[in-house]
Amino acid sequence: MPMPPATRKNPDEATLTIFEEGAALRLQPAGAWTVRSIAAADHSLRALTPGRRSLEWDLGALSHLDTAGAWLIVRTAGLFEAAGGTVAIRNAGGSASALIAAVRAIKVGAPEPEAEEGSFLVRVFARTGAAMETQWHNLLEMLAFGGMVIEGIGRAIVSPRRLRVTSIVHHMEETGLKAVPIVCLMSFLIGAVLAFQGAGQLERFGAEPFTVNLVGISILREIGILLTAIMVAGRSGSAFTAQLGSMKMREEIDAIRTLGLDPLDLLVLPRVIALVLTLPLLGFVADIMGLIGGAMVAWSDLGLSPATYISLLREAVTPAAFWVGIVKAPVFAFLIGIIGCLEGMRVTGTAESVGRRTTQSVVEGIFVVIIADAIFSIVFLQLGI
Amino acid sequence: MTGDPIIAVRGLRNQFGAQIVHDNLSLDVQRGEVLGIVGGSGTGKSVLLRTIVGLNTPKAGEIRVFGEDLRALDDEARRQIERRWGVLFQDGALFSSLTVAQNVQVAMREHLHLPQALMDELAALKLAMVGLPASAGAKYPSELSGGMRKRAGLARALALDPEIVFLDEPTAGLDPIGAAAFDDLVKQLQETLGLTVFLVTHDLDSLYAICDRVAVLAERHVLVTGSVADMMHQTHPWIREYFQGKRARAAEAARQRSES
Repeated sequence: MPMPPATRKNPDEATLTIFEEGAALRLQPAGAWTVRSIAAADHSLRALTPGRRSLEWDLGALSHLDTAGAWLIVRTAGLFEAAGGTVAIRNAGGSASALIAAVRAIKVGAPEPEAEEGSFLVRVFARTGAAMETQWHNLLEMLAFGGMVIEGIGRAIVSPRRLRVTSIVHHMEETGLKAVPIVCLMSFLIGAVLAFQGAGQLERFGAEPFTVNLVGISILREIGILLTAIMVAGRSGSAFTAQLGSMKMREEIDAIRTLGLDPLDLLVLPRVIALVLTLPLLGFVADIMGLIGGAMVAWSDLGLSPATYISLLREAVTPAAFWVGIVKAPVFAFLIGIIGCLEGMRVTGTAESVGRRTTQSVVEGIFVVIIADAIFSIVFLQLGI
Repeated sequence: MTGDPIIAVRGLRNQFGAQIVHDNLSLDVQRGEVLGIVGGSGTGKSVLLRTIVGLNTPKAGEIRVFGEDLRALDDEARRQIERRWGVLFQDGALFSSLTVAQNVQVAMREHLHLPQALMDELAALKLAMVGLPASAGAKYPSELSGGMRKRAGLARALALDPEIVFLDEPTAGLDPIGAAAFDDLVKQLQETLGLTVFLVTHDLDSLYAICDRVAVLAERHVLVTGSVADMMHQTHPWIREYFQGKRARAAEAARQRSES
């Protein structure tokens, strides 16, 4: 009882006509059976139930066959044979039968199922635990790396010849000098915004002149240096990670080791030292620009002339406020430097890992800077500075 | 030679700054042959390959693939042509953020609408075809050895059953056994799938084992084309040195041993 379904008459399209003759099944593919056209045929073939019956592939009407098409024929034949049926392939052209034979000869292994163990709750705990453990190891590694860098700096102080002055100067230019414009702009705007907002609030008490205190103290003690450090973590910390990471990826760091050199001396120390030297300078620039920004708003908004602003500022802030801010800069620089370099050293093999480590370096750098700033605040508060 | 060439290069000129790599270079590749491109370092073998597949724009000249001038086609038509070839880059150039099986499926996923189950099967088939174990499919490229990455790269190049495959130094960096196996694989695929193979190589064993014809690049153009046997009678000093040197004789002897 032949039941031919409607077949489309497009020569570029793969069609499949299925004839059911009792228990026997005759499949007649037509057109070009290629990876571009077989999706529909795949669907109809999956709908067939293999069984102990005879299957006949009549390939006479095929105009073109590629490995994907051959795979469908071989897969269906294999399923029927496994179910105890008999399979015949007829009217195959020379190249088609060679291709089918070749595809048949390939042993396609079943991919291993992914192992997912335990219930949802167990997996939540397992992943949380694993993440905690990773964090703990990261912390230990960072402390160890920081220790190595301090030791390296100590050695460099004892024998300054080990210090790579050219490299340090280069990195000071990259991380310091070239960051000056962006740091100036940012700090100027922050100073102006602070003054603007502060003036608006203090006006209610008729205490506008205290805007100067607000701007002076907050810029010098906290914001100037903190924002500069965050900017540098984003700008230079990420650059360190990307530089060292791509060197690690291309085995350049291994090459340095095999030449009897220490990557720490050659790559890490110059970067960290350069950053420790430049961040206080950048912080100073940021302080000055922040105060100028405040002065501009005080002048235009409150009518305080620059001369008045300076004399009010002298009463408001002591040198201690400036030093409290600037003393934090080398510590922030050290933290950003070692995180940037350590994340670079952690890069493995792939290009993707450079990207992931760079992101990680910026996030960690900013996070650690903020933590350190909080610790400084508490310490200075206890000391009454 | 029979029929129109599948790739025809005419009067090609490639220049980077003041350095002229190719000048008035012409080359034909016939359908179904394995053409080996040889030449000293810096003679622009890879540049030629990159120019034919459109990764490099030549200063002058015409390139016809499947009879079409690629530079005259609009984007859509060129993309249609690009699906009819596959390229294996030197180190495989697998996408490192995808598993090997996903790498093979990229072209299917982007260009065709196939059910995921079928794509998984086809990826497994292609991986088995290039001799990778089934477990390799779930791995990331960084977890594979160099030889396996090349095989995976070949599987990706073959994903859409191309008519031409371009291979850029496929056996460089492989051990001799791995290289010989790769040669056999290319030959076998070429025979069963009717592929045309454009093979850039330094490997004399590959030349003897699988190339139907060899094109020698030197002095900014194709110096000579012909079978490996033809190369024995050439008088150009570089060709003499290359095909009649110590290593060439060893490769020739190996081929004769394997045939007898």
